[in-house]
Amino acid sequence: MEIIYLLIIISVPLIILIAWAFIWAVKSGQFDDLEKPRHQILMDDDDPGKKSD
Amino acid sequence: MTTTNTSVLNGNPAIAAVNCFHCGEPVQPGLLLNVIINGSSRPMCCYGCQAVAQTIIDCGLSDYYNYRNRNALTPEQLLPEKLQKLRIFDNDRIQQTFITRSGANQYEVNLVLEGIVCPACIWLLERRLGAMTGITGININYDTNRARLNWDNALIHLSKILEEITRLGYAAYPSTNVQDQLLYEKDRKAQLLRLGLAGLLGMQVMMNSVALYTGNWSEADSAIKSFLCWFNLVLTTPVLLFSAQPFYKGAWRDLKFLRAGMDVPVALGITIAYLGSVWATGRNSGEVYYDSVTMFVFLLLLGRYLEFMARKKARERTDNITYALPAIATRLHRTGERQEDDEIVPVAELQREDLLLVRAGESIPADGIVTDGISTVDESLLTGESRPVVKQSGSALIAGSINMESPLQMTVTRTGADTVLAGILKIIDRAQSEKPGFTLLANRIVGWFIPVVLILAGLAAWYWWHINQDLWLPVTISVLVATCPCALSLATPAAMTAANSTLLRTGIAVAHNDAVEKLARTTHFIFDKTGTLTLGRLRLDSVHCRSALDEQQCLAIAASLEKTSEHPLGMAIRGITGQSLTHAATDIRNYPGRGIAGTVNGVPYFIGTMEFVRDKAGTDPDAGIVPDHSADGGTTIFLADQKRWLCSFSFSDVIRHHADIMIRDLKKSGKKVILLSGDNSSAVKKIADCLRIDTFVPGLGPEDKLNYLREIQKKNAVITMVGDGINDAPVLAGADVSIAMGGGTDLARINADMIVMNDQLDTLVKALHVSRRTLAIIRENIIWAVVYNLLIIPSAVLGLVAPWMAALGMSLSSLVVIGNSARIYKCI
Repeated sequence: MEIIYLLIIISVPLIILIAWAFIWAVKSGQFDDLEKPRHQILMDDDDPGKKSD
Repeated sequence: MTTTNTSVLNGNPAIAAVNCFHCGEPVQPGLLLNVIINGSSRPMCCYGCQAVAQTIIDCGLSDYYNYRNRNALTPEQLLPEKLQKLRIFDNDRIQQTFITRSGANQYEVNLVLEGIVCPACIWLLERRLGAMTGITGININYDTNRARLNWDNALIHLSKILEEITRLGYAAYPSTNVQDQLLYEKDRKAQLLRLGLAGLLGMQVMMNSVALYTGNWSEADSAIKSFLCWFNLVLTTPVLLFSAQPFYKGAWRDLKFLRAGMDVPVALGITIAYLGSVWATGRNSGEVYYDSVTMFVFLLLLGRYLEFMARKKARERTDNITYALPAIATRLHRTGERQEDDEIVPVAELQREDLLLVRAGESIPADGIVTDGISTVDESLLTGESRPVVKQSGSALIAGSINMESPLQMTVTRTGADTVLAGILKIIDRAQSEKPGFTLLANRIVGWFIPVVLILAGLAAWYWWHINQDLWLPVTISVLVATCPCALSLATPAAMTAANSTLLRTGIAVAHNDAVEKLARTTHFIFDKTGTLTLGRLRLDSVHCRSALDEQQCLAIAASLEKTSEHPLGMAIRGITGQSLTHAATDIRNYPGRGIAGTVNGVPYFIGTMEFVRDKAGTDPDAGIVPDHSADGGTTIFLADQKRWLCSFSFSDVIRHHADIMIRDLKKSGKKVILLSGDNSSAVKKIADCLRIDTFVPGLGPEDKLNYLREIQKKNAVITMVGDGINDAPVLAGADVSIAMGGGTDLARINADMIVMNDQLDTLVKALHVSRRTLAIIRENIIWAVVYNLLIIPSAVLGLVAPWMAALGMSLSSLVVIGNSARIYKCI
């Protein structure tokens, strides 16, 4: 059963990594508009006038 | 889908039930407006749609029609004056309120967009605007219908960009509450972070807790058990310190004001459970409740977040429509003899004695007196009077009314706090402060439930302290955790979230949550007439002909004469005959407030009031031409040539679609329906008879309406008021539930608890249905929560509830509440 010490200690960096990824996603606005991107991907976007921002 | 009807039309566009390819509205038979889209000719219902569709095609964006999954909204026809008005957004002083400048010419603005119905609309706008020179960035948020726009002011002006948006069939206004919006966004992100972290850490804690529950701990393994507890302690601490903050803040607020809110027991429960667990972990004996703490926090945060999002969405919808053109006025400068210089100034800067120019179609910016010009003014929003009032030199003007016909010059007599409008605002404030109190169902129960739980926990602690000192703390904790008010505190929010989004789907935005419950308890419905039960727009009712010319010919002549008129009667006549004029009128002379003279096919004609036509034709009208019902609230105008009277046109206000069905349904469900109007008695009586409303009171001012409302409120009536005008705003503020029409005035919408976004009256009946259902579900939720607690409290007090049972019971009771609330979605 001593293996549980090792496993739990391994899980710590994983939790930190996931928490960090979540915080980054919220702060960088990944959750701001959940509707547009899923449609946008299907629409033609090769407009020469369109600039990436 | 959009293309269902297209196969029918390619052959014969005149077939009945042809729908517009752009907006899906039916095309009037015989109207031949077509646009070639992707190789085939498509029918259009109006010139507005045709122009928009043509613009889209000309810009090479015809893919829009392939991408879209909903029809566009019917665009308004583009009138040059309308586009002209957009120019005011280029004015420096006006721009200060909404523009951020980052470089010499680098401007940024937040736009509120109207008319967006599907993601293809966003594609269309982003593509079109992104391709315009001078625009350096455009990003539209589909959720909020707002756009962030950057442009180079040296290359393009804001009015040009807004004009292009208008050409594509949408409307855009600069948003002036960017700060509010940012605060809201910040709040949302903070809530999402709290929720996400509580969920993430909660899952870890749960995993370890399962091991703790199921493990068959022998003495040798107690080191592992202790390790798991310590690890859970580490994971739970951030949840308590960061995620649970709102509960502590709310509890502190409740205590400060000595209220019994939901936050106090929540904060108390999680703190005691946490501290007890820490104590048990430190002593390495006793029960730990880390999983209960994290799950509890997570579920409550989830409920709050969903409620917050539903409210945010409703608020955005209502905010979006409250931005119209900024309040501006055209000020004339007395430079010597001639007044030439005019400048656009914000209304707030107006002073007494200022000389203003009010063009046709503009609203009167301040109270004043006409100094020059004759025109008719629509005061219906302020007084409820449905017919336009003639104003000439010396007449008093009320701020907020609309100049219909021709330019007026006026001097300002009162500004700001002294105006009639400001007087109405004061009544609103008073009405709100005197609003009758109303205790929501949940608060009534929570009010006694929480003290009872706290007293029971105290008694249990006291009892066990005397019986067995080792057990008093675990028992007290399990009483507080097991009776955890989770289900109770979710009972209302979960149902409200479902109700809000269901109502939004049917076309009603809810601004205040209490309104849903109050609507369900409503006994009296009070309606305003002009603009609420009616469209506030005159429609041609009947034509009485008595001459060689038939109805169609008379209408054609009238339409030619009224070609350029902004007067509501003129527009009503043009609305009948459409755009295609068969005759061209020349020598048109407008006599504001009286009539129009002009020559059609070489014959001079006159159209206008009876006095005007009598004056011009020089004879009295035949008896047959004057409609018998001329006194019943409508308006009649006459057409004559130089010798004979030709015909009369009678107009009356149009009753909204479904108004009769709505009144019938409301009466059927036992509600009293009352009509209060500021209009004259015959017009009110006509509408009341038509809709079978038994109780109606005409000729009421804003204050009188409020007094009437107070009278019936004294008899314990719960009143829902539906209105749209400025004169309705005080009553809206005073009613238990206030509902404003989406097309109504800002003032009415700001004071409303609910807004009918789609302007369809039958949505009200649906809203009543949803609200009753919601109240029933809230009641079920609360009963369930209370019954659950009554069952578990005795076992907890006796020390029979193990921590895992407490956690399981809590989660299950919450899920029952959430599942039950989801049934509201299905009731429409």
